[in-house]
Amino acid sequence: MKMLLHFNPQIIKKPLIAEVVLETGVLVNINKATIDTAGGKLIINVPDKDAKKVIKSFKSRGVDVVTLEKPIIMIDEECVHCGACISVCPTNVFKYEADGSVSVDYKECIQCGACITACPHNALKLSE
Amino acid sequence: MVEKTVQEINQKIRDGSVHVVTAEEMTEIVETLGPKGAAKEVDVVTTGTFGAMCSSGAILNFGHADPPIKMQKVWLNDVEAYAGLAAVDAYIGATQLSESRGMEYGGGHVIEDLVAGKSVELRAIAYGTDCYPRRNIETSLTLSDVNQAVMINPRNAYQRYNVATNSSDRILHTYMGPLLPNLGNAIYSGSGALSPLFNDPTYATIGIGTRIFLCGAHGYIIGEGTQHDPTHNLGTLMVQGNLKEMSTDFVRGASLYKYGTTLYVGLSIPIPILNENIAKRTGIKDADISTNVLDYSVPRRSRPTLARVTYEELKSGGIVIGKKEIRTSSLSSLHKAREVAETLRERIKKGEFYLSEPVGKISTKTVFKPMRQTGGLPLVKDVMTDGIGTIKPDVSIEEAAKRIIKGGFNHLPVVSDDGRLVGIVTAWDISKAVAMKKRGKVEQIMTRKVIVVSPSDPIDIAARKLEQYNISALPVVDAKRKVIGIITSEDLSKLLAGGT
Ligand code: SF4
Ligand code: SF4
Repeated sequence: MKMLLHFNPQIIKKPLIAEVVLETGVLVNINKATIDTAGGKLIINVPDKDAKKVIKSFKSRGVDVVTLEKPIIMIDEECVHCGACISVCPTNVFKYEADGSVSVDYKECIQCGACITACPHNALKLSE
Repeated sequence: MVEKTVQEINQKIRDGSVHVVTAEEMTEIVETLGPKGAAKEVDVVTTGTFGAMCSSGAILNFGHADPPIKMQKVWLNDVEAYAGLAAVDAYIGATQLSESRGMEYGGGHVIEDLVAGKSVELRAIAYGTDCYPRRNIETSLTLSDVNQAVMINPRNAYQRYNVATNSSDRILHTYMGPLLPNLGNAIYSGSGALSPLFNDPTYATIGIGTRIFLCGAHGYIIGEGTQHDPTHNLGTLMVQGNLKEMSTDFVRGASLYKYGTTLYVGLSIPIPILNENIAKRTGIKDADISTNVLDYSVPRRSRPTLARVTYEELKSGGIVIGKKEIRTSSLSSLHKAREVAETLRERIKKGEFYLSEPVGKISTKTVFKPMRQTGGLPLVKDVMTDGIGTIKPDVSIEEAAKRIIKGGFNHLPVVSDDGRLVGIVTAWDISKAVAMKKRGKVEQIMTRKVIVVSPSDPIDIAARKLEQYNISALPVVDAKRKVIGIITSEDLSKLLAGGT
């Protein structure tokens, strides 16, 4: 499962990820990290069965956790199923179905943003 | 031999016995029954395409204001429409950009908003005359407020399109969408076997006056499209249709990142199956249609063709160029193209759409010429400095410093013994090395990845490279990478100041 973590500037210097990994024994995969004066933002991926443990461990350290059921959102009314998003996505989130429509495999998304600008119809956005 | 007329088919539409199939269904029917059987069985084949068609727009008549105005310039939602016709007529083109929102919103979006029934802000200015005294106006209106609103598209229904890819090391943002570096992806357009013009490539039934499905309305073909190139299977059509009868299911504004705006148009042409020759041609398959894969990293009119592929390969999701497997995706929508073909099929079945016989032929011989350019574009070799100094990689930094000072130049190409470019050092690299008391050879401080131009490139290409890579000079090299000169941003600005 993918999660979005918000660190406030006070705790950003602590080795929180390492602590959580040690405490839970779960291997945390980091998809994306941004850090600035307002704090840090991290997107991580953990096996579904371990999600609860990991969330609890982060929360106990003052980290704000949002689970991303759908890291990428396709707006149905805008999408014309062209497929311009397909070949730019590094993790093959999009694919053509037999009827020519474009389907989304949400769990593969690492929120890189490449498809957002590739879509001519403004039909994609990242969930926050 | 089966022979039918358009009148006979229309009679069948009237009495409900007509047999209509889509072009994809027809491919299978021709395969099973053969052209003769298919011609007996099927009366009409509906084709379909839904994609970015930049050469699209609409003529609007706003009616007269009181006091009246002869609009000299007019904007709809801040997108300029061409007003150089009479007083209150204007043509809004799909690729015109909004003056306040830039590439995010343009003429294509204005058309979609009008079709959606949304209110649009109109602003116009004029110089004022005795008969049209008014000098400006601002109002808001919807599609039902205007008199005529007719979509007139100079170039639609491209028979096929070239596939775009990019062999350079940076991402390109093009009208085909983002092209990833190092042949990272390939983007195509067109619906292949559903393509209207591939189902009647000889223009046996498609002509001037053919009634078509255009964005949900019943429109007409009014002639060959601009850039019509039938001998290369790149035919196009000029079409029209009533905007007031259209639906946003089949017409959408679009923005291509860092390129601009366009309009996605859904278009279907019905092909009457008058005889078995026509039936045979509608049996076309994706595997029968090939198109060229072009390298868009070459910013010239003739881009190199890297491969020739079929629509079957393109639609499979990947093509192979050399040894590399490249992911493909489409800019046009096959899903929507099918919906377009199916919608027209249903309308014909229900007796809501009758076929028309063309009143004139579309040329099968037109040639698409390049632009005649009289100005004569200056080339890099006309502007570059030649006979420049170069240096060998094993020369000492000190010696390089001396040469730069003596020569009074900022850039020193580094060349191997046989004169090939291997790097470049700038005055800045050298002063930095000297300041840091670094001793050694030029090869330790030179930049190895050098951006170059060729002597036969137009200077615009040199200018774009200087800007893109934020550098101040480009070595000019021949095909063997031998340095024959250098072109600097100073050379270019002098040229522009001098006014060529
Ligand atoms: S954000 Fe990146 S990973 Fe996610 S769907 Fe878009 S292109 Fe794929
Ligand atoms: S690029 Fe946009 S419109 Fe096209 S299939 Fe993807 S989400 Fe839909």
